[in-house]
Amino acid sequence: MEAIIFMGFKLKIEKFDEHLERLRDKYKVYAPVLLKGKGTFADTDTIRYKEIKSIKEIEFNSKSTFSPKEIILPITQTLFYFTEDECKEPKEDEKKILIFLRSCDIHAMKRLDQVYLRNGDEDYYYKTLREKVKFVLMGCSDSFENCFCASMGSNKTEEYDMYTKIKNGEVFVECKSEELMNYFNKDIECAIVVEPEYVSSNDIKVAIPENLDQRVFKSKMWEEYSSRCIACGRCNFVCGTCSCFTMQDVFSKDNKNVGERRRIWSSCHVDGFSDMAGGHGFRKDKKDRMRFKIMHKVYDFKKRTGYHMCIGCGRCDDICPEYISFSSCVNKLSKVMEEVE
Amino acid sequence: MENIYLPFKSKILNIKKHTETDYTFRMEFFGDVRPGQFFEVSIPKFGESPISVSEIGDGYVDLTIRRVGTVTDVIHSFFVGGTLFLRGPYGNGFDVNIYKGKEIIVAAGGTGLAPVKGIVDYFAKYPQECKDFNVMAGFKSPSDILFKDNFKLWEKSISVTLTVDSAGDDYTGTVGLITKYIAGIPVVDMDEVQVIVVGPPMMLKFTVAGFIKKGVKEENIWVSYERKMCCGVGKCGHCKIDDTYICLEGPVFNYLDAVHLVD
Repeated sequence: MEAIIFMGFKLKIEKFDEHLERLRDKYKVYAPVLLKGKGTFADTDTIRYKEIKSIKEIEFNSKSTFSPKEIILPITQTLFYFTEDECKEPKEDEKKILIFLRSCDIHAMKRLDQVYLRNGDEDYYYKTLREKVKFVLMGCSDSFENCFCASMGSNKTEEYDMYTKIKNGEVFVECKSEELMNYFNKDIECAIVVEPEYVSSNDIKVAIPENLDQRVFKSKMWEEYSSRCIACGRCNFVCGTCSCFTMQDVFSKDNKNVGERRRIWSSCHVDGFSDMAGGHGFRKDKKDRMRFKIMHKVYDFKKRTGYHMCIGCGRCDDICPEYISFSSCVNKLSKVMEEVE
Repeated sequence: MENIYLPFKSKILNIKKHTETDYTFRMEFFGDVRPGQFFEVSIPKFGESPISVSEIGDGYVDLTIRRVGTVTDVIHSFFVGGTLFLRGPYGNGFDVNIYKGKEIIVAAGGTGLAPVKGIVDYFAKYPQECKDFNVMAGFKSPSDILFKDNFKLWEKSISVTLTVDSAGDDYTGTVGLITKYIAGIPVVDMDEVQVIVVGPPMMLKFTVAGFIKKGVKEENIWVSYERKMCCGVGKCGHCKIDDTYICLEGPVFNYLDAVHLVD
């Protein structure tokens, strides 16, 4: 276990980048980056996690479209290769991983850890990547659109290795990791106090009824989603805590003896999620899928683990092409529970 | 660190063809396994399927596989001496000790007989370990009947009700849904009789309702669930219902728990 220190300092951006460059010998550095014109629709941008070389590349002023989960739970991940009748695991990348992310996303990682490390046996692939990761917290001076982190208690965190903020051409850093500190030590003139910025309230507030239970299943409140939801699954894919996957085997067209087994992200909103061989499936109606997702995020995950799955990043609301709001839906639950009480 | 997704090779020792679409593969396996548990069976480059164990023996497990999808289509093209890849066993399975010393009724629909067959095999072999044993099995038609040889064997030591939903006029066996025969099964101690129901969702629903109506206590009814599963180890999320993972806490549930599992 690495010793935890608290060291605050500031550096010119250029100086910070020099150290980042040295860090990149040992680390792959990921951060949210603005991708011009790469959005779903023409002339729209998107913010996705990419490897960076300079802190200047990081998009600090907006929320990323996708969460950083794609770094440790890749959209497509090879589990092993098949050659003749042997299974061979892919070679492990030697480099460690440094991720720039926000408080809510660090809280999301705790949820992914719960599923992949503590729900049944440990997941080899997740653990292999997860053990390499260090977090660099990006503060939030203001709440973004659709955020409700304060309601979910994910607006603050202590689970970071370093914190950075850019102000007037300088990077303000708080470093808790001795190992990372070794990179910066020689350039620090004086220690200063750097405290992570966080929001203490959001425009959107969410109240999850304490008495929530399965009686809410029968409510008419779900019905609107039968026609509104188009089962595209985008809400699941941008979510930092959605962790479901589907297995997929593929083989080479040129040589049928060679292939691989993969896992790919899966969505409980998309057709076929619960379909078994032979065709029988559950939750054919999209209102039931909405109910299934909402209840997982604010009810049954907590029943199993003691804390809610949703971290209030609001990315599901940002991305929904039908303007379905997760937070509005959750806020309807209290009234419905009053009706059934 | 152990990689829970890496399968091991298992040799096909025997293949028994029950019907055009249902084959039982006897697979080499040494290790602990319970009736009702399942294996992830795979063929590299085609995929994996969760298949429950239909018989457990010395150095082998039987996997009864219906040809219904990509993977099972390919599995059916395999021969004795060939190799399948397995992971598991997974799930809780049936605990034979719960049923010992009591009256037992097993009601199975179609391939639902496979996961519970190990329990029937056990008490057919050791009938003195329970007060009474009734196995009820329903199939769509006479040509869909699985485990015909086993039924003949079971009849020697336990009571068997083998029925088909419909059959031609020349069929001499029992015809009608399982639910029709629930009332006729003799029970001495209604407070203690243990009932296991396994089958397709509709069959499960009406059969359980039939036994409750008969007077069987809900806490003495056991069911086994079938859901889509990719991992079998609590990660992929496909089989989750409420806060329950069928692959981890199931597939066998007491009815009092199962009744809260709303998909």
